[in-house]
Amino acid sequence: MARQEIMTINMGPHHPSTHGVLRVILELDGETVVNAVPEIGYLHRGIEKLAEQKKYIQVLPLTDRLDYLASGTNNLAYILAVEKLIGLEVPRRAMYIRTLFAEITRIGSHLLWLGTHAADIGAMTVLLYAMREREDVLDIIEETAGTRLMMTYFRPGGVVKDLPAGFDAKIKAFLDTFPGRIDEYERLLTKNRIWLKRTVGVGVITGDEAISLGLSGPSLRGSGVDWDIRRDEPYEAYDEIDFEVPVYTEGDVYARYLARIVEMRQSVRMIRQLVEGMPEGPFIERTAKYVLPDKTRLDISIEAMIHHFKLIVEGMAPPKGEVYSTIESPKGELGFYIVSDGGPNPYRLRIRPPSFVNLQSLLTMVKGHMLADVVAIIGSLDIVLGEIDR
Amino acid sequence: MTVDWNRQNFSGDNPEEHPAIVSIQENFPESVVGSGSFRGEVWGVVKSDKCREVLHYLALEPALSYDFLSDLTAVHFPREDEPFEIVYQLYSIPNNSRFRVKTTVAEGQEADSVVSIWQAADWMEREVYDLLGVVFSGHPDMRRIMNPEGFVGHPLRKDFPTGGRIKW
Repeated sequence: MARQEIMTINMGPHHPSTHGVLRVILELDGETVVNAVPEIGYLHRGIEKLAEQKKYIQVLPLTDRLDYLASGTNNLAYILAVEKLIGLEVPRRAMYIRTLFAEITRIGSHLLWLGTHAADIGAMTVLLYAMREREDVLDIIEETAGTRLMMTYFRPGGVVKDLPAGFDAKIKAFLDTFPGRIDEYERLLTKNRIWLKRTVGVGVITGDEAISLGLSGPSLRGSGVDWDIRRDEPYEAYDEIDFEVPVYTEGDVYARYLARIVEMRQSVRMIRQLVEGMPEGPFIERTAKYVLPDKTRLDISIEAMIHHFKLIVEGMAPPKGEVYSTIESPKGELGFYIVSDGGPNPYRLRIRPPSFVNLQSLLTMVKGHMLADVVAIIGSLDIVLGEIDR
Repeated sequence: MTVDWNRQNFSGDNPEEHPAIVSIQENFPESVVGSGSFRGEVWGVVKSDKCREVLHYLALEPALSYDFLSDLTAVHFPREDEPFEIVYQLYSIPNNSRFRVKTTVAEGQEADSVVSIWQAADWMEREVYDLLGVVFSGHPDMRRIMNPEGFVGHPLRKDFPTGGRIKW
């Protein structure tokens, strides 16, 4: 008679394929996973509490440190919540620039996911190629925002400075080469027999289970649920451009892989439309009492001086109220819930991180699979621990 | 260019006209305490002992089907009699509509867990317990999640000593 013996294995917190400091306590029967309990919190910095003691504008750099692979979308989610709270109007050019950089960061984030996910499964080459293109993405961000990873380029009311000279040529050069590079990755993986053996039918989750578990983003669209916030509740310039939302019904690691690959292609399509349709005009709406005045006006206008002084010393004070604003980040639904008591600090700032909620579905996906598949499944969820632990 | 702040779901000014509010007022007349709206977002305030029932109804009623629990959190108002406001952000994928449910609990009072309605609530409730100290009854695994076991206090409470407990 076969004897069943459960063995407990610690995966992490220093395991390279957990993408940060995630610890998973696995219970194994032979090599089959019976139970998986993720332990998180190693990177907890208390950003929600810190925000309660900072001015609204000082919270912005903290949001960069959530999902540090796609800081642009974190900034955007926070800025949209603050703008909604105040009721600020944004010039069309600023909307286009912000949408453009949200898509560029999406490509950057997906590239890092693709490289590490493939390296986890054993395809080392893809990591080197993906990093090569991510370098181009970071160069574009650096040229515009001044920093490579922590953008902090958006502000309530617009963006901090206009696009640099020669931006069009640079981004067009990237858009011309990048689709060919995606073909290259696909040649390495999509029909690769080893890749298919490792991903098809692994980590299956049905659409209903995924909805109950709160899964969102490309992971949910790999399970046949057709929901994308960019299309269904359009923010910024998304209702002015054409794009398709890729949906795959299999719900396995391979479907989630395909969903993200096609998303990168769609991002290229969106960026091209945004660059071509980029409207002229101001890049920030300098609403008095909320947005800093133009620096050059400080010498000639006493009102500008007063507004500048008051905004720096006291900070802006949005009206009393509460808003919940969500966007489609590269990982899924990223939401900010801000409660304002009319003061210069948020009374309560709640971040709804997609990775935190997505990681909960790990157990459903790994149950009954082999130990080696756990690595593939964690990779397919595309988690970032900075966002999970906050 | 004017911005349409009502893009999220609802275009009326009166929260009483929101279909979710109308529906729960019809079915649970004595459990709805209030409602409100701000920038086009609508919420209903529900008594804490009926909250789970109302949420269950909102999730399963075919006309509403708020099948996706977008977020669950709590806010601490230390001066109130019932200082913890638990906030549920609901989203309906078939109807593309958002709705917020709030309830308040007193210090030491347990809230009902909604893990049996949405599994997503599991870690969210653990986080509320860890950071604000609200215990959810019926939760399968009520432990701290961010802070280590043995940590004293709940950091997101307004009276948490952010300067440290020891005077140097």
